[in-house]
Amino acid sequence: MKNQVDAPAGAGRPIFEIRSLSKVYQMGEVQVEALRGVDLELCEGELVVLLGPSGSGKSTLLNILGGLDVPSGGQIRYRGRELAVFDDTAMTRYRREHVGFVFQFYNLIPSLTARENVALVTEIAAEPMTPEESLAMVGLADRLDHFPTQLSGGEQQRVAIARAVSKRPQVLLCDEPTGALDAQTGVLVLDVIARVNRELGTTTVVITHNAAIAAMADRVVHFGNGRVVSVDANVAKKSAAELSW
Amino acid sequence: MSAIDRKLWRDLWRMKGQVLAIALVVMCGIGTYIMFLSTLHALQSTQEAYYRDYRFADVFASLKRAPESLRQRIAAIPGVERLETRVAVQVRLDMPDFPEPVAAAVMSLPDGEAPGLNGLHLRAGRLPATGRADEVVASETFARAHGLALGDRFHAILNGRRQALSLVGTALSPEFIQQMRPGSVFPDTKRYGILWMGRRALGQAYDLNEAFNDLALSLRRGAKVRDVIDRVDELLRPYGGLGAYPREDQTSHRFLSQELTQLGTLASLFPVMFMGIAAFLLNVVIGRQVAMQRQQIATLKAFGYGNLQVLAHYLESVAVIVALGIVSGTALGAWLGRGLAGIYTEFYHFPYLNFALAPRTVIEAALASLLAAGLGTVFAVWRAVRLRPAVAMRPEPPPAYHETWVEKLGLKRWLSQPARMIIRHIQRRAFKSALTVLGIALACGMILTGLFQRDTVSFMVYIQYGLMQREDLSVAFTDPTAYQARFDLTGLPGVRHVEPYRAVPVRLRHGHLDYRTAVRGFEPGGDIQRLLDAGLQPVALPADGILLTDFLGGMLDARVGDRIVVEVLEGNRPTREVFVAGLVNEYLGVSGYMELSALNRFMREGPTISGAYLSIEEGALPTLLSRLREMPGIAAVAERRQEIRNFHRTMEETMLFFTYVATVFAVIIAFGVIYNNAQIALAERGRELASLRVLGFTRAEIAYILLGELGVLTFLAIPLGLGLGVWMCDYIAQTMQSDLFRVPVVLVPQTYAFATTVVLISAAVSGLAVRGRLNRLDLVAVLKAAE
Repeated sequence: MKNQVDAPAGAGRPIFEIRSLSKVYQMGEVQVEALRGVDLELCEGELVVLLGPSGSGKSTLLNILGGLDVPSGGQIRYRGRELAVFDDTAMTRYRREHVGFVFQFYNLIPSLTARENVALVTEIAAEPMTPEESLAMVGLADRLDHFPTQLSGGEQQRVAIARAVSKRPQVLLCDEPTGALDAQTGVLVLDVIARVNRELGTTTVVITHNAAIAAMADRVVHFGNGRVVSVDANVAKKSAAELSW
Repeated sequence: MSAIDRKLWRDLWRMKGQVLAIALVVMCGIGTYIMFLSTLHALQSTQEAYYRDYRFADVFASLKRAPESLRQRIAAIPGVERLETRVAVQVRLDMPDFPEPVAAAVMSLPDGEAPGLNGLHLRAGRLPATGRADEVVASETFARAHGLALGDRFHAILNGRRQALSLVGTALSPEFIQQMRPGSVFPDTKRYGILWMGRRALGQAYDLNEAFNDLALSLRRGAKVRDVIDRVDELLRPYGGLGAYPREDQTSHRFLSQELTQLGTLASLFPVMFMGIAAFLLNVVIGRQVAMQRQQIATLKAFGYGNLQVLAHYLESVAVIVALGIVSGTALGAWLGRGLAGIYTEFYHFPYLNFALAPRTVIEAALASLLAAGLGTVFAVWRAVRLRPAVAMRPEPPPAYHETWVEKLGLKRWLSQPARMIIRHIQRRAFKSALTVLGIALACGMILTGLFQRDTVSFMVYIQYGLMQREDLSVAFTDPTAYQARFDLTGLPGVRHVEPYRAVPVRLRHGHLDYRTAVRGFEPGGDIQRLLDAGLQPVALPADGILLTDFLGGMLDARVGDRIVVEVLEGNRPTREVFVAGLVNEYLGVSGYMELSALNRFMREGPTISGAYLSIEEGALPTLLSRLREMPGIAAVAERRQEIRNFHRTMEETMLFFTYVATVFAVIIAFGVIYNNAQIALAERGRELASLRVLGFTRAEIAYILLGELGVLTFLAIPLGLGLGVWMCDYIAQTMQSDLFRVPVVLVPQTYAFATTVVLISAAVSGLAVRGRLNRLDLVAVLKAAE
């Protein structure tokens, strides 16, 4: 079967177009080729899972998609605009207005409550939800004034999701969102991600090395050694609740 | 309040210990700056206002006797604005409460009007009534020293006649801010006083009716002082003029302005040093503080916060910390400054104090600290935001460690794994480690600069009164007296040994340089009065030529073998050349010294003395003092122990207060720096240390790794700090040199020990605080976080 690198017929308009993308890191005295020519299209409203072992390049791709890093070669277009040439100001605006991040280790600000962590983002966004709305969406309406240390890992990650989606981003990028969580909590978090994708129509990219999660995606992109190995479209995608590992 | 501002306040609250420590450093820097400068400004403006309000004269002159008619001719000298002729005499007083001889200067007051120059500030009572020969006003300090109340009576020997005087008022005068007996180095309010009496009454007592023997002038703006003095000297010469002199040479003014100059030196040196060091430390501490927030900065950036917003956030938090320091430092500095200026007002007997906190001083101090902190922040934030967020969010890549030179030297097998970690870490971050060492060293050095003056004063007392002036009593005659007078003293009960001296007021000239001082003549081989060379070894008086204080030699640019001009300012005022036979080392004052008979020859006089130094038997003092009091012709008696007390009092009331405050501030700064370094080290390496705990290291072992590094850096810093301290002390001593005194740099072992102890205790307390937090390291968090 031909790798479905380009958007499948009948999907939304492509939001990201990636061609021959490469990234080389200088790690001390060693050069690390994280991406070796990636071709990929992502469409509006799509939920894509990037699957692959550690060091396969998926996090690097996610960081470049989110404007946290720049490629060494190739093109990456966001809605037809070349991301690689954005200067710092443009990149900051891009992140502020279009992208929501969810990190493996939550990256909550420890000195702020759940509500305030979300407010940190809503205060600088153009048309945000209220922090209360977005926290209600992730099922934390009753934990608004708790500090990160007073929340469980799953709750912290849901705060992080609320924080990421509160600005109503076009793109939600999740880097191993369940990586630090047990299966039961992980399912809860994935359910929230799926809901956001469904209800807000946010293009969502989830990185994982956990194959079981792939079942909830519209498409699954397999990564290996800095390249896209294969792309599978899920004919019948599962709900998060049906997943187990 | 926005979420990011809340973060700011909560972060500050969370690290309140460090916030406090940094704010303290700023507070001490600013406090010192404001204290010194506000005191200096207050004293300068008070002195200026006092001189102006009470019309302090520009030129002074003494003479034997001139008719009042000469007044018009002096007034006609171009440049003279106002002129006051006076009668001024030195007298002996009999104070009922005090057994020792007391000397006083009696100055005439114009009858029935206020003096045109050198006005009196009456503190109590009134001026003497016209024509009353028994009414006097006394200087307030003298009246207070003797507990005199208005109406009290005491006796004076006026021109050989004993006369009862009644105190009708007390006053202050800009002419006698410092009351120093001629020839004395320090004020003594109990044994020397100033009295004012009506002109006619005083004139009659001294046969100076319609005549004067003292003169004060004020000059028009732009008048040439030197020219006026030359003209005055010319006019007074036939009348026994003793040489007019400018305000700069007036005793009280000179002493006061020297002290203010010295204060000014301290006031420009200490604050700049303190502010500079505080700013440096602030920069380092804040920089490291921000650097630790690298991941949070990256997260903020990932959400779309721009570089400037992130920078503003950190600048705000630093501004809050610094503002704490600025506000408390300004309040403290102003409070101390006011207190200190108050002490000086009391000490100098100013009628009032102009104290105002100059906005400029505060602004300078505030800007300096904000700038230092701001730069530290900007650099650190810049380093963090410059990175791609994806990179900044990852923990820093493992830095490249190498074997250190200590290990390469072959010491490796002596070093345990933790010890290797300590030294590799120090070497890997050599620059940061060096900054830490320099910070602690500077704080350590500052403590020395605060303390050295105390050591120095003790040393100066030892040299001046233990090696040089070793008399128990010194006796000054009212007039130069025949040499035989020494035998009258030798014959007194309890007198063990007498060394006579001759003191002659002179102006020394070499080339275009000149200086007013005294030449003292001693008999050779004396044991009580000795002169010392630079190595503090006794110097023999040459049979010919003059010895100069080394500092005076420098002032006159005169070297050994040079010929200098000695212009005598008494008697028939001979002016002759004499050669410089050597230089002597002295810390107090500057003079010339000659062999007594050589000085007598120089003066073309027979064997003549001005007074004598006495060594006496124990317990003989009271009797001796009352015997001396009975003897006519004795102007003053000074007791050595009293001189030492005066010396200490002068030093303590002025200079040492500063240095105590400076020491306290230096100690606080030292603590603040070390505490912050320890806290930052913990924050920077918490993860690494927690990992070690997970690997099975005990708490004590990880504490050893962290605190071991602090220990190594502290031990490196101490010798460097002591070295820097000595260097700073040297610098202070150099800038404080004056003809009134030179300050040698003397540091006793206890002072080094004190500075070392402060640093060690600061390190120990900081170590304990950090140890407490090490014990609470979250091990699980380490396992969860980061690849």
